[in-house]
Amino acid sequence: MDLGAINPAVLAASLMVAATPILLAAIGELVVEKSGVLNLGVEGMMITGAIVGFAIAVETGNPALGFLAAMAGGAALSLVFGILTQVLMSNQVATGLALTLFGLGFSALIGQGYVGVKPPALAKPDLGPLADIPVLGRVLFSHDLIVYLGLALVVAVWAFLRFTRPGLILRAVGENHDAAHALGYKVVRIRLAAIAFGGACAGLGGAYLSLMRVPQWTEGMTAGAGWIALAIVVFASWRAGRVLLGAYLFGGVAVLQLNLQAAGLAVPVELLSASPYLVTILVLVIISADRGRAALNAPASLGRVFHASS
Amino acid sequence: MIRLEKRPQPSRAWTVATPLLAVALTMVAGGLMFALLGKDPVVAIRTIFWDPLFHEQFASYSRPQLLVKAGPLILIATGLSLGFRAGIWNIGAEGQYIMGALAGAGVALALYPLDAWFLFPLMVLAGALGGWAWAMIPAILKTRFRTNEILVSLLLVYVAEQVLASMALGLMKNPEGGGFPGSRNLQHYPAAANTELIAGTGMHWGVAAAFIAVIAAYVLLTRHILGFQIRLAGQSPRAARFAGVNPNALVVICLGLSGALAGLAGMFEVAGPAGRVNIGFNQGYGFTAIIVAFLGRLHPVGILLAGLLMALTYIGGELAQFMLGIPSAAIQAFQGMLLFFLLGVDVLSNYRIRLGRRRIA
Repeated sequence: MDLGAINPAVLAASLMVAATPILLAAIGELVVEKSGVLNLGVEGMMITGAIVGFAIAVETGNPALGFLAAMAGGAALSLVFGILTQVLMSNQVATGLALTLFGLGFSALIGQGYVGVKPPALAKPDLGPLADIPVLGRVLFSHDLIVYLGLALVVAVWAFLRFTRPGLILRAVGENHDAAHALGYKVVRIRLAAIAFGGACAGLGGAYLSLMRVPQWTEGMTAGAGWIALAIVVFASWRAGRVLLGAYLFGGVAVLQLNLQAAGLAVPVELLSASPYLVTILVLVIISADRGRAALNAPASLGRVFHASS
Repeated sequence: MIRLEKRPQPSRAWTVATPLLAVALTMVAGGLMFALLGKDPVVAIRTIFWDPLFHEQFASYSRPQLLVKAGPLILIATGLSLGFRAGIWNIGAEGQYIMGALAGAGVALALYPLDAWFLFPLMVLAGALGGWAWAMIPAILKTRFRTNEILVSLLLVYVAEQVLASMALGLMKNPEGGGFPGSRNLQHYPAAANTELIAGTGMHWGVAAAFIAVIAAYVLLTRHILGFQIRLAGQSPRAARFAGVNPNALVVICLGLSGALAGLAGMFEVAGPAGRVNIGFNQGYGFTAIIVAFLGRLHPVGILLAGLLMALTYIGGELAQFMLGIPSAAIQAFQGMLLFFLLGVDVLSNYRIRLGRRRIA
């Protein structure tokens, strides 16, 4: 066992990378849930984004195009969910599960020709002197654009929900869709837009996994990341800032357990591999045990079917 | 102008017709998908849905497989449907299936080479208990801390897969297996093997258990107070509370029952068709069973038929892979599509489509 080989600065830097896919998916899902829709298909949209982004990046040789395609793919798949739940008024839990099941099969189907292929890498921005700062430079200023995009997105979503009028309308739709409808807001359209945004974010997160973090395509490679993203939204009590905290907590556990596995800690490998899931469950329990607090923040119309009678 | 008008009560005719419509739509969309893959859609659909049953060369092999595959699906889906009806979402049946299999196989491997009549019943008991115990984790967290059972049950699937890996490589590894992962083959251990009851039909104890579960669920839902409470809690949680239904008890019962049935399915599988505990021995039955439950309209008889149909797509899918080179993932996508269409056309049973201008009352 060699715990001394674990460098805290490298650990912190890889934590940010490990947290990014989940951060992206969770921040998208936060907006969706704020509009009163529970989309359980995050896992399916992530894996679809992962393979669509991977395939396009490999075919065109341009990772940026891959990321765009992944966003489009995730959004397209999420709109299937949107139309089913918003227009055809199907059960959101069941439809979200369908999205995940379909996404896993669909991605495996497309991904057949891409196993073992190496994707083109996205160039890292050169932050010049910033990256040369000892420790901090390695931790904060040595990442690719998507990591920073994820952070920017958290700030943008926070500001959007808190300070802008469309953000207020989105929250109104999520809190009480009948009242919002009576005020003349287009509930279904707003929700469809939120769902598409969530799908695009999940797709981007998936593509980050397949193009940057791993970088490789393997069947079922998201391995529950989408579900953890859903758990993080609950953990965050539907607040953008705490989504970041949750994602970094998860990223920390994921990176630490990999490092501990490599260091040969005298703990079964399987226990370490299961630890991200166990920690997520534990965190969920702690949050939900805090009576009232978590429930107070949940959008009041979350998961309820909206049907305009007039 | 098309608009939807809510029906006071779901249409009975459409409730029966929508699954059939969904299957038909999936065949069309699936045909399109196969055409895009460069295969003849008509041949592909026929290979999946017709040849396993009636092809003169393959049918004799694939017909018994129908029951082998349908057994676990029906067993798991029947349990899940009870919870789904009450609005309790156990989507971690895959994990409970694994834990049931591990518990059942664990008993057999621990007592090896005991040759006693009570070994198999003991394994059945252990299998049910294993699945039940794994489902009790989300149940207790839900009732004690109001933790979301959807997320916990699902996350526990990944934990169960790690437990399975640990068992296959460690505790349950075959000591005579030459270092390869995986346990002893239970099919070669007569006292523990889940053998075919009637030769050539694929009928094993798991299939029998599935049929019993279907009948029991039917009786429970239509004749027993608990079934009434489950249905009431699903349709109107508030009314259920006023009627004296204890929501926590319902969570424990529904999750426990579905977990026990999923555990049983896993145990019958590991002692029968699969034979041994090994990494990846779970084939996603726990997830496909969710589709089966919805396709069967959460009704025991419907689930029986839906389980057979879904088993057919598995076998047909294997056949299509072998005959036409259609990748097995296509079948998974096909099954997902089926659930989409099913949920989509469900609008017809709950809403009436009105054409023409909206009149102002």
